[in-house]
Amino acid sequence: MSADFLYGIEVVINGMMAGVLYALVALGFVLIFKASGIFNFAQGVMALFAALTLVGIMEGQVPFSHLINAVFGTNIHNFGWEVPALLAILLTLVVMIVFAWAVQQFVFRHLVGQAPIILFMATIGLAYFLEGVGDLMWGSDIKTLALGLPQGGSIWVEDLTSGFGGADFYGFFIDKLDMVATVVAAVLVICLIIFAQYTKQGRAMRAVADDHQAALSVGISLNFIWVLVWSLAGLVALVAGIMWGAKSGVQFSLSLIALKALPVLMLGGFTSIPGAIVGGLIIGVGEKLFEYTIGAPFLGGATENWFAYMLALIFLVFRPQGLFGEKIIERV
Amino acid sequence: MTLKTLAAMALAGAMAAGPAMAELVIPDLSYRTGPYAAGGAPFSDGYQDYFALLNARDGGIGGEPVRVIECETAYNTERGVECYEATKGEGALIYQPLSTGITYQLIPKATADGIPLHTMGYGRTSAANGEVFNWVFNYPANYWDAASVAINYLLDENGGDLSGKKIALIYHNSAYGKEPIRTLEDLAAKHGFTLSQLAVDHPGQEQKSQWLQIRRERPDYVVMWGWGVMNQVAVQEAANIGFPMENFIGNWWAGAEHDVTPAGMAANGYKSLNMNPVQDYPVLAEIKAQVHDAGNAAGDGSNLGSVLYVRGMYAAMLAAEAITNAQEIHGVAAVTPAMVRDGMEALNITEARMEKLGMAGIGPEFAVTCENHGGSGQGLLQQWNAADRVWVPLTGFITPDASVIDPLIAADSAAFAAENNITPGCM
Repeated sequence: MSADFLYGIEVVINGMMAGVLYALVALGFVLIFKASGIFNFAQGVMALFAALTLVGIMEGQVPFSHLINAVFGTNIHNFGWEVPALLAILLTLVVMIVFAWAVQQFVFRHLVGQAPIILFMATIGLAYFLEGVGDLMWGSDIKTLALGLPQGGSIWVEDLTSGFGGADFYGFFIDKLDMVATVVAAVLVICLIIFAQYTKQGRAMRAVADDHQAALSVGISLNFIWVLVWSLAGLVALVAGIMWGAKSGVQFSLSLIALKALPVLMLGGFTSIPGAIVGGLIIGVGEKLFEYTIGAPFLGGATENWFAYMLALIFLVFRPQGLFGEKIIERV
Repeated sequence: MTLKTLAAMALAGAMAAGPAMAELVIPDLSYRTGPYAAGGAPFSDGYQDYFALLNARDGGIGGEPVRVIECETAYNTERGVECYEATKGEGALIYQPLSTGITYQLIPKATADGIPLHTMGYGRTSAANGEVFNWVFNYPANYWDAASVAINYLLDENGGDLSGKKIALIYHNSAYGKEPIRTLEDLAAKHGFTLSQLAVDHPGQEQKSQWLQIRRERPDYVVMWGWGVMNQVAVQEAANIGFPMENFIGNWWAGAEHDVTPAGMAANGYKSLNMNPVQDYPVLAEIKAQVHDAGNAAGDGSNLGSVLYVRGMYAAMLAAEAITNAQEIHGVAAVTPAMVRDGMEALNITEARMEKLGMAGIGPEFAVTCENHGGSGQGLLQQWNAADRVWVPLTGFITPDASVIDPLIAADSAAFAAENNITPGCM
């Protein structure tokens, strides 16, 4: 097989891995949109906040230390202990659940019945608020996420596949972190599906997603379900924050990963968990393959962001609800 | 309260306040928030702390206290322009925009307002031609100098011959990232190396395609023009594909501590350009004693001595020296922006002067003239030691190739002059 063809396969594999990471971010959007009709602009910032909180807890950092020191003239930064990774993850989850409760209690409870655009605007405000609070709590420096996740190309895969081509083929490159992210994403999706299908709360969540008023009429608490959904979105944000933060360090540009999720949502549909996964894979493979075959050789490169949105736009023209979205028919 | 009472109170207040003290106003267009905060905060800390030291130790510059006005831009061009408009009326003497985008917007504004800009190692490269850009200064070096310094270093590494070598440029897909392309193309033609270009879209969180291409093409060297998250991801991706770190060179905006620490030991050996060797300058101890220990640090004190802190401090020193020059030239302590411009144009930074300021060897020696606002263009190479978490200076100051850069500056500045109906000349 020619090296070009083999490298094309390598690009497809890496595109799928990248797509999984995009899907991780998109999942958080889908969960909230499906249950409450809110397009949560703050999902990217939630990933950032969750990752910042995780590192802060692991390192024993005093929250708001910069503010405390500025006001009281003290010089405290650390508690002097370090928290094991697993416990820190659980504590971060608790923080995200408290955040979910606070969002429901102080923001969306007061906006029940408002138009979707109002709810969307509220999430924009929430994004700015959360970014500012994250900065005040944990500082704006870049943090290293020391979870011990594997990094680097898999030598085993490279050695195994290097004989597929000639001397100009060096074997497939697959990042070990991407492999871990794929497994974690798969486990997460399976857990979410099991939760939604086989637990009482999961079924209640689906009932709310189908019809708010019908769910209310059978005694389901909308307030509880929305806190639950925001908490699950917080969990997904934490996983996305860990995977993306392991690549680049935990820093404020993590909030921009939401931009990678938008074409995935447009393609996969805003209400479908499988849609987010398949959309992520299509966008990931599509943008990487386009860059490899056309973008880099003929257009000067850096076509990935552009192509992802173009692909989503094409899908919108032919299937506005996305691949797996619900078709909405309204009588006029 | 009657009108008479109000007037009496106002008069009493004015008398109590006494005569207004003259101040040297220096705005600091910083960015401590947003995706680029990790780079903006240390620079701003260094910039402000140096002026705080001058106030604490010398009572300011030439007896006039310095008042720094910090304005948050979040590295956003619109907010940078707002900061300029909000602070220029305060009597601003000199601006350090700290962003190429903001610089491009401020060049016509500052020129019209008669306030000098200092864009150190960024901004519009051809501003080095002082006859066209009377109010803009980019000493001691610019992007084209940086590209040439990197290639000159590689020439040294390869016995003066780069023919047949493959060099890949991975760059931020923006006006900033594209700056070195023309220079590198000319240098490739001159020295016979092959240049491949790999653009990375903002913000640079995802670079898999580019590094797979590098893995396929196996260049001898990779040169990076990155900023923000692009740097950290690039260093990690280079390590992931097993690219030799000692053959990976970032420019001076891709060579701070936070650019390499997220990758841990994998970043060991990565090189970058710098304008200032990172070392223990005596002035840092003075800042610690007279500013930080007195509770007047601009930040939390943690950035003292880091790459970008030193660069901010160096920029402040150059501004202070220009003000000192202006005071000597015009014989007044309370200088105006136009006088500071004159001071900048007469700047002569010598080793003896830097040593006297407690910063021996912090930058190259250079003199500014009406024709040359760009300084010597020299830069140095540094290498990351991951075990000790320090940048180690690898070289002395390397001189760029003027035979390639000067014609480019002349052509670009001439085009700007023609577009803007500027008749080149000294003020």
